[in-house]
Amino acid sequence: MKHDFEPKIVAFVCTWCTYAGADLAGTSRMIYPSNVRVVKFPCTGRIDPVFILKAFQKGADGILVSGCHPGDCHYMAGNFHARRRFAVFRKLLEFIGVDLNRLEFSWVSAAEGGKWVEIVTDLTQKIRKMGPLTQFTDLADEEQWSGALSNPELKAVYDQV
Amino acid sequence: MSRIGVFICHCGENISRTVDVEQVAQAARQMTGVAYACDYKYMCSDPGQTLLKKAVAEHKLEGIVVAACSPRMHEKTFRNAAQAAGLNPFLCEMANIREHCSWVHDDRAEATTKATDIVRMLVERVRKNKKLVPITVPVTKRALVIGGGIAGIQAALDIADCGHQVVLVEREPSIGGHMAMLSETFPTLDCSQCIMTPRMVDVINHPRITLHTYSEIECVDGYIGNFSITIKKKARSVDMAKCTGCGVCMEKCPQKKIPNEFDKNLGFRPAIYVPFPQAVPNTPVIDREHCTKFINGKCGVCQKVCGPGAVDYEQQDQLVVEQVGAIVVATGFKLYDITEKPKGSAIKGYGEFGHGKIPDVIDGLTFERLASASGPTGGKIVRPSDGKEPKQVVFVQCVGSRAREKGISYCSKVCCMYTAKHTMLYKHKVHDGQAYVFFMDARTPGKSYDEFWRRAIEEEEAVYVRGMVSRVYQKGDKVVVMGSDIAVGVQVEIEADLVVLATAIQPRDGADTLAQKLGISYDKYNFYSEAHAKLRPVECATAGIYLAGACQGPKDIPDTVAQASAAAAKVMTLFSKDQLEREPIVARVNEKFCVGCLACKKVCAYGAVEEKEIRDRQGNLIRVVAYVNPGLCSGCGTCQATCPSKSVELDGYTDEQVMAMLDTL
Repeated sequence: MKHDFEPKIVAFVCTWCTYAGADLAGTSRMIYPSNVRVVKFPCTGRIDPVFILKAFQKGADGILVSGCHPGDCHYMAGNFHARRRFAVFRKLLEFIGVDLNRLEFSWVSAAEGGKWVEIVTDLTQKIRKMGPLTQFTDLADEEQWSGALSNPELKAVYDQV
Repeated sequence: MSRIGVFICHCGENISRTVDVEQVAQAARQMTGVAYACDYKYMCSDPGQTLLKKAVAEHKLEGIVVAACSPRMHEKTFRNAAQAAGLNPFLCEMANIREHCSWVHDDRAEATTKATDIVRMLVERVRKNKKLVPITVPVTKRALVIGGGIAGIQAALDIADCGHQVVLVEREPSIGGHMAMLSETFPTLDCSQCIMTPRMVDVINHPRITLHTYSEIECVDGYIGNFSITIKKKARSVDMAKCTGCGVCMEKCPQKKIPNEFDKNLGFRPAIYVPFPQAVPNTPVIDREHCTKFINGKCGVCQKVCGPGAVDYEQQDQLVVEQVGAIVVATGFKLYDITEKPKGSAIKGYGEFGHGKIPDVIDGLTFERLASASGPTGGKIVRPSDGKEPKQVVFVQCVGSRAREKGISYCSKVCCMYTAKHTMLYKHKVHDGQAYVFFMDARTPGKSYDEFWRRAIEEEEAVYVRGMVSRVYQKGDKVVVMGSDIAVGVQVEIEADLVVLATAIQPRDGADTLAQKLGISYDKYNFYSEAHAKLRPVECATAGIYLAGACQGPKDIPDTVAQASAAAAKVMTLFSKDQLEREPIVARVNEKFCVGCLACKKVCAYGAVEEKEIRDRQGNLIRVVAYVNPGLCSGCGTCQATCPSKSVELDGYTDEQVMAMLDTL
């Protein structure tokens, strides 16, 4: 089935649980939308919030961060650090004006191929409905070219400067 | 780096069925930095790998992307192939276009686009990859074992028998631990001393074991392969080199009425003493708290009677430094003493069941001393209050254990079995006696364990009452035990002569302080935590430190011995090479930018981050920065994401590499 809009989804995953869970989905030949691009990390503890901003800036419409279940971290506590970090980061993202529905956090273990498929499918469908995220790409365009601004408010500000 | 080779695998038809591999190869050729791209039926096969090696030579490739299965499957294969071709193995990456693409998508066009995107991401990543070399750490082939109970003894003997030097440290004047206190052991009822004491002698006679008794760990420095341990040898007041162990001093000591801790205060000992006759080493120690010489200086009999002149009142505590490469922690357990609440204890329920008030309410270990042939009563089971033989004995299981409301939610694991054993030992010694057991559940998994428990009931006629005890009180010379039998639904009242409480097993006092010195983690009960509950049950998360016995959780003797041997095997694995080799995926600090906030140190679960002082030529301190010890770092990268100034980087997962991947979106 073809859709009007196919979102770009980036998944930041840890190598021990979620990456392995996604592998299991593959070996189990489960079918899910092809929109997701996986970036592998040793641990969710390694995932810098800047990566999420960068991905949004580079055109990602939805982002998934997924690691080991609490208590199952291969590095003992990396996922707890990640959880705290992203609890704060979500507030920041909300403040910037990004719809938090575009950012999903989950725990997928190496045994949960089915859960991986479910999460990716749900997120893809959700983002399809939400449409593309243009705030960052628009901003990037404006940053690069400072001529006529489409947004009158921004133009006024620009003229003042 | 700009000469990258892309190798796309068909995986038979597994990939090529849904992904147009030729088109992916075509697209790869257009990517920046790609010097060569091809597709092949089976990249992992011998001809496939040969093709890869040839291409590296022919096209002078500086990096490789193999688009095939999951890196979890064949990363090692292709990195080895890259190494064989003369490349640094860490310049080879895998693009997962099978598990993450061809197997999970059915639309050929979509899957091909995705596969191309994945390849592009990995090409960008490899362009930023750096050569990494495995980290080598020299290994001192000498082990430290902390704790001289059965766990420590087993580990020390195993390691020493393998040919390595072992330093064994014991807090008490003698090794032996709790096992030396036991009477007989389940499920075979063989005498504990008979199997324990020969092992203790093996330790002291072993040419490769250095024994430090009456000693404690003062300070631990270093890391895997290179620990430096400061041991405090407490003043024994007896010169171990001169003492022959004749025992005259103990006979002549005028102090005879000091409660003997080894006998759970049932018997007495002099002020100069060995804890028990089979003690190893058989050198007495002066209890300075009770010795008249130390109290008012008016005795000195032991020094006068000592032929070899071994008694030395002037002896001081001594600090000894030992260099070791690995540590086995085997500090064992203590029994939850419910008599009086210690200061600051989070656990409730002290003073229950009259323990501490009624003399005939004792704990399991005290019963062991009563039943032991080498105990204060010579193995005769009597009441501590009047020395009479008890005709009715009530055993209460799960005292403290599995009592969430009191603060201990775990099962102590061994009480069901040792209570069954106690009922048997009692019956064997008091033929007309009757044993009652109040229990919640009988947990008897283990070889011949359930049969043993059944035997206590069916052959030795112990009466098991399912239910808990509500109250224990003194009535005349009897101890009345009130409880419920929930199987029948009635209240039970037994007029007992003796009550034995199977109190919970807890880690030793000071387990937390020792853990902090060692830099290992422990749970809320102070039991030491293993690195992985299933796959790394004897290793600590801190590299080079291993666990054995009840310090990690309640355990019986066979489990303890098995774990101790497992820990010894881990130590021997570490000692099998002169250099320890580790994957170079570790964090590195950029000292130029580090401001020394040490946020990284706080999040590091491995204690790998240290403070490093930067000094000028005159030796003046300029500033403090973080330093990551590559011998300890496990490569999770939490420090990097935490660092506010971005001055720590995880090799193999640098910001540059991740950003390069994201740039392809």
